Amino acid sequence: MCGISGILNLKNPAPINPSHLKQMTYALSHRGPDETGAYVDDWVGLAQSRLSIIDLSGGSQPIHNEDKTLWIVFNGEIFNYPEIRESLLNLGHKFYTTSDTEVILHLFEEKKEKCLDDLNGQFAFVIWNAVTKEFFAARDRVGILPFYYKLEKDKLIFASEAKAILEVSESEPEFDPIGLDQIFTFWTNLPGRTAFKEINDLPPGHYLEFSPTRPLKIKPYWSLSYSENLVTENKTIPDFVNEISVLIKDSIRIRLRADVPVGSYLSGGLDSSGTTAFVKKYFNNDLRTFGITFQEESFDESEFQNLMIKLLNTNHSEVHATNEDIGKYFSDIVYFGEKPIIRAAPAPLYLLSKKVREEGYKVVLTGEGADEIFGGYNIFKETKVRKFWSVDPASQLRPKLLQKLYPYIFKDKRLAQTLQAFFKLGINEPNNPFFSHIVRWNNNLRLKNFFSEDLKQQIGDYNPFDELKNILPKDFDNWNYVYKAQYLEIITFMSGYLLSSQGDRMAMANSVELRVPYLDHRIIEYMATVPARFKIRGLNEKYLLKKVFKDLLPAQITNRPKNPYRAPIKSSFIDNKSFDIKTILSQEEIKKAGVFDIFKVDLLLKKADRNQTLSELDNMALAGILSTQFLYNHFMNNNNFSIPDNYNFNTFIDKRNQTK
Amino acid sequence: MNKINFSNESVKQFIVDNFLFGDADKLAVDTHLFEKGIIDSTGVLELVAFIEENFNVTVSDDELVQDNFSSLIAIEKFLQSKNNQAS
Repeated sequence: MCGISGILNLKNPAPINPSHLKQMTYALSHRGPDETGAYVDDWVGLAQSRLSIIDLSGGSQPIHNEDKTLWIVFNGEIFNYPEIRESLLNLGHKFYTTSDTEVILHLFEEKKEKCLDDLNGQFAFVIWNAVTKEFFAARDRVGILPFYYKLEKDKLIFASEAKAILEVSESEPEFDPIGLDQIFTFWTNLPGRTAFKEINDLPPGHYLEFSPTRPLKIKPYWSLSYSENLVTENKTIPDFVNEISVLIKDSIRIRLRADVPVGSYLSGGLDSSGTTAFVKKYFNNDLRTFGITFQEESFDESEFQNLMIKLLNTNHSEVHATNEDIGKYFSDIVYFGEKPIIRAAPAPLYLLSKKVREEGYKVVLTGEGADEIFGGYNIFKETKVRKFWSVDPASQLRPKLLQKLYPYIFKDKRLAQTLQAFFKLGINEPNNPFFSHIVRWNNNLRLKNFFSEDLKQQIGDYNPFDELKNILPKDFDNWNYVYKAQYLEIITFMSGYLLSSQGDRMAMANSVELRVPYLDHRIIEYMATVPARFKIRGLNEKYLLKKVFKDLLPAQITNRPKNPYRAPIKSSFIDNKSFDIKTILSQEEIKKAGVFDIFKVDLLLKKADRNQTLSELDNMALAGILSTQFLYNHFMNNNNFSIPDNYNFNTFIDKRNQTK
Repeated sequence: MNKINFSNESVKQFIVDNFLFGDADKLAVDTHLFEKGIIDSTGVLELVAFIEENFNVTVSDDELVQDNFSSLIAIEKFLQSKNNQAS
């Protein structure tokens, strides 16, 4: 994987300063430490920081076509590139490398934007036509890899991470109040926006095109759509299981393509245990695995992890995530993640990718996405229970099913009534598009009480739910309620948080590439036609996936209750001697950033000091405030870093003064 | 052995998967689901939720009594009576 960046003139040819490109590749060097390359003409500068995985010696970028009219910089992997390459060779295309990058370029020559339909992978790339001056940028279907851009003074500046854009931008970085409002509602931004003013994210499944004769346009090429069709209606459970099994196997097979060894994350949960077992059985008996253990017992999954390591007999390494480390690295993970986070859970994944890299690995498979695609999360089951309740909102018996879902929190009989009322929100509106998420999102709104008056004023009467409503698919209202919940979870939490803050960013921080077999678009599209009642059978989550792995995994793994992956917040930040929260969140600091109310933050800190434990909401507020303050310090309160004098591109193609 | 057939294979499979964790031997068509400890009070709600989702019926609080869900046969009878009501 890699980092890409560059600058495009939108109106007239104008000199592009190569040192700006250097600043950008340098800011992205964690994404691509192996080599750098750039192409410059009078309209565009394209740059790349490379992490070499396929065609180690020949794949240096930028890469060109036969007559050097098209140039590409690429971040990611196209897993079906050998097959596409074969068909392009038959059409007469000539290749000078064996890389997947070159395959995209020639496929683009053939099919223009339709090339995206053929690509199976995770990617963000830019193609420049030096003759027609057409600029084309695209991002993979669900946003496994990032792409940001900013329009500034007749220029488009783009990069894999916002920090590279901030490096060369003329205006001072600022928080986007609307962006913050979204993050403290959905845990992430809605597609298109970021936490930074004027820095946009190219939404997953979209491309951007521009030429001097046509205005800049952003268009979708793929979108998630659910429908139970007649074909799947007539299928039996064994049919589904067989077909899913074939798809997962093939997805893993092509995701093992690399010129460096591929390892695997192994958490002890169903998803990563399943993929690891598949790899071991069908593809690579000598598999290297990596996992996290926690100091705090309630977060730890060692028991299941050890069971799997023993069963599969893999060469395993683990990192032990201590509360002290989670606190210690939190500032770093905010630097790499570039977004406020209301969880500490990315921190252990940062430690894990560090371990992977230390052990000499650059690529790992992970189980991300299975919960969204196969129906694993509690929020889906909660939706089913609330839907069951909504049939008769006055029923005294129906809401008792919530106890099955959350036995721990319903343990206290005195609280049972209050909790029931909590989940009753919106129960009379089962057709509300946000029926599934209304309880969670409404609860998050309380986080915004910590915002400063000034920020609240800037946000004004903006309503994030209205914006989300506007981007829902046209036939959304007709979908099954579980489909709706899956869709909402995928476009918010999965793309914006799981694959980004907790995924790509935490891995690339240590120059490690994640590959996510469950998010092969063939699997996503197939599962979008499977009737919801088979995905979660009763309240049995990921029912079909469990059946797929039934013969490969022990019953302790397939039948175990699902634990959400989390990391401790209060004990990492408050009870951590090496984490000076009083200084980080001092009145002076809070005032400087201007995002939060000084007195409320102070009261939260006092409460955290006083109480043994904090509520879920208080924990989220604490992580959200801390990460926002760190973000401020990294990007808004800081001078640009200077790059070493001897920092030069390994490949530099200079076509300036030739293309006017 | 009871000779009455139980036609809703998916209800049976659901109980086997969900409450017996695969132990199909323990479930005959007349096995008492409550007396044998197969289903408890929360479990019956799970079962009813499943039935509503898969058989297009709605169960009222009044019908949510053990008798209607005490065995596979009882469930079959209950579903038949719901169907008769509907038609």
